[in-house]
Amino acid sequence: MYVAVKGGERAIQNAHAWLAEERRGDTSVAELSVAQIREQLSLAVNRVMAEGSLYDPDLAALAIKQARGDLIEAIFLIRAYRTTLPRFGASAPVDTGNMACDRRISATFKDLPGGQVLGPTFDYTHRLLDFKLAADGETLEAPMREAEPGPVPHVTEFLNKEGLIEEAPQDETTPPDLTREPLEMPADRALRLQALTRADEGFTLSMAYSTQRGYARNHAFVGELRIGTVPVEMEIPELGFAIEIGKITLTECETVNQFKGSKTEPPQFTRGYGLVFGQTERKAISMALVDRALRWEELGEDNVGAPAQDAEFVLYHADNIQATGFLEHIKLPHYVDFQSELELVRKLRREVEASQNQHQEATE
Amino acid sequence: MSLMAKAPEGRVSALLDAALPRPAHTWLRAPEIGSVMVRGRAGGTGAPFNLGEMTVTRCALKLPGGEVGHAYIQGRNKADAEAAALVDALMQTGAATVMRTKVLEPLESEQSARRTTRAEKGAATKVDFFTMVRGED
Repeated sequence: MYVAVKGGERAIQNAHAWLAEERRGDTSVAELSVAQIREQLSLAVNRVMAEGSLYDPDLAALAIKQARGDLIEAIFLIRAYRTTLPRFGASAPVDTGNMACDRRISATFKDLPGGQVLGPTFDYTHRLLDFKLAADGETLEAPMREAEPGPVPHVTEFLNKEGLIEEAPQDETTPPDLTREPLEMPADRALRLQALTRADEGFTLSMAYSTQRGYARNHAFVGELRIGTVPVEMEIPELGFAIEIGKITLTECETVNQFKGSKTEPPQFTRGYGLVFGQTERKAISMALVDRALRWEELGEDNVGAPAQDAEFVLYHADNIQATGFLEHIKLPHYVDFQSELELVRKLRREVEASQNQHQEATE
Repeated sequence: MSLMAKAPEGRVSALLDAALPRPAHTWLRAPEIGSVMVRGRAGGTGAPFNLGEMTVTRCALKLPGGEVGHAYIQGRNKADAEAAALVDALMQTGAATVMRTKVLEPLESEQSARRTTRAEKGAATKVDFFTMVRGED
C-alpha cells in the first residue's frame, strides 16, 4: 500500500529562515557585497563560471554569496539559472593565438617569441600565511614596464617547423553539444573537451595526477600555459556580419607528450589541450593531461586499462552537479523504499528461522 | 557595436547622456537577456568544441526617422543594451559625428588604456634570463 505523507512545511520554512540567518553570520561584522566577492574572491568566481559553464562574474559572485561559499552549491545555482536563458546562438571559435596575455609561460622552451611572462601567479610564493592581510592592509601597486607590442605565437606553432609535433588542422565541423543532447559513448574529442572544461576541478586533477603516477603512460610537459582575454565574435543574423559581443578571460594549456609512433603515426610529440573560463590554471593543466590520456584510441596506443583512459568512466563521473545530485538525494525521505526493504529482510529472517527450526526438529 | 559590447556596466549610457538628449524610439525587439555558446578549438587551431555559455543582452529599436539600431552586449544590463542600440541608430543620422567623438572614441581610448595597463604589468613580470659567469678562467 502506498501512503502519501504530507507535513514538514513549517519545518522547511523555518529551516530556510535559519539558513538565511546563518548565511549572514554575526551582524556586528559588515556584510559582504557581491562586488566584493567578484573582485576579491575572483578565483572562486572563476571556478564557478567554469564549472557552472556560464561566463558572468556577477552571477557567479551572487551564487557564491547565496551558497555561503559552497562552490558546488554555487555551481548548481548557475547551472539552474543557465537553463532559463534563451540561447541566441553560438560564437565563432575564439582565437587564443590573439589573446591579450596576462601570463604566458612554457616549461619546454626558455627563449620563445613574446617571452616568459609570469603574470599574477602564486608560483614562487613561499606559501607562508601573510598576517598583514588580516590587518587592514594597504594596497600595493604592481610595477609596470613598457610592453613591446608583438605577436605571442603558440609555442607549438613555431616548434612545428620541424614537423615534430602533431598538428591540429583547422576544421569547421559543428561540434556536438552536451547541453542539448545527452552525453553518449563513444564521445568524440569535441564532446570530451566540452565535458572536461565544465568538469569538477578536483576530479579532473585526480585523474590527471593518476596519469602522472603511471596509470596510462603519459609523461606530459607544459608546452605552454597562457591566461588572458580574448574577444568573442558572433555572426548576427539581422546584421549579416560578425561583431564582437564581449570579452572573456580564458586559461589555455597545451601539453606535449612523447609518442613512440604507431602504425599510422610517425614518432613525434602529441598534444593534450585544456581551455577553461577564467584564471583557472590547475584545471586547465589537468584538463590537458586527461584529454591526452583519452586520446589513446585515435593515436593507436594500447589501452592499458587505466581509469584516465576510460572515457565512459571519466566523462560520466566528472560532472559535480550530476554527481552531487545523485549522491545527495539519498538523504531525502526514502521511507517507502526502506519500508519495503524492511519487510523483505523480516520475511527472509522468518524463512531462515523456520528452516533452521525444521532442521533442528529433524535432527532431534 | 563591438566597443559597446565590451564596455563596463553603465558606461555607454553615461557617455550617451552626456553627448545629447535621448531621441524617442519604438522597440522592434525589447531588451532580452539570453546566452551565447562560446566555442574554442581543440589544440587552439583544430576542430571547434563548445566551451560554455556567456550572458548577452540584445535589443533592436527604431528612431522616428526610421533608422534601426541593434545591440548585442555582454552581461545582463538592459539599460546598457538600450543605450548601445540608440548609439547604433544615431550613427545613421546627423548625430553620427557626435556619437563617434563623444561615445565611441572615448570607449576606444578607455579600452586601449586598460589593455595597455595590463600589458605593462605583464611586461614587468617578464623573465630576463641571464647566464651565471662560471669561475673557470
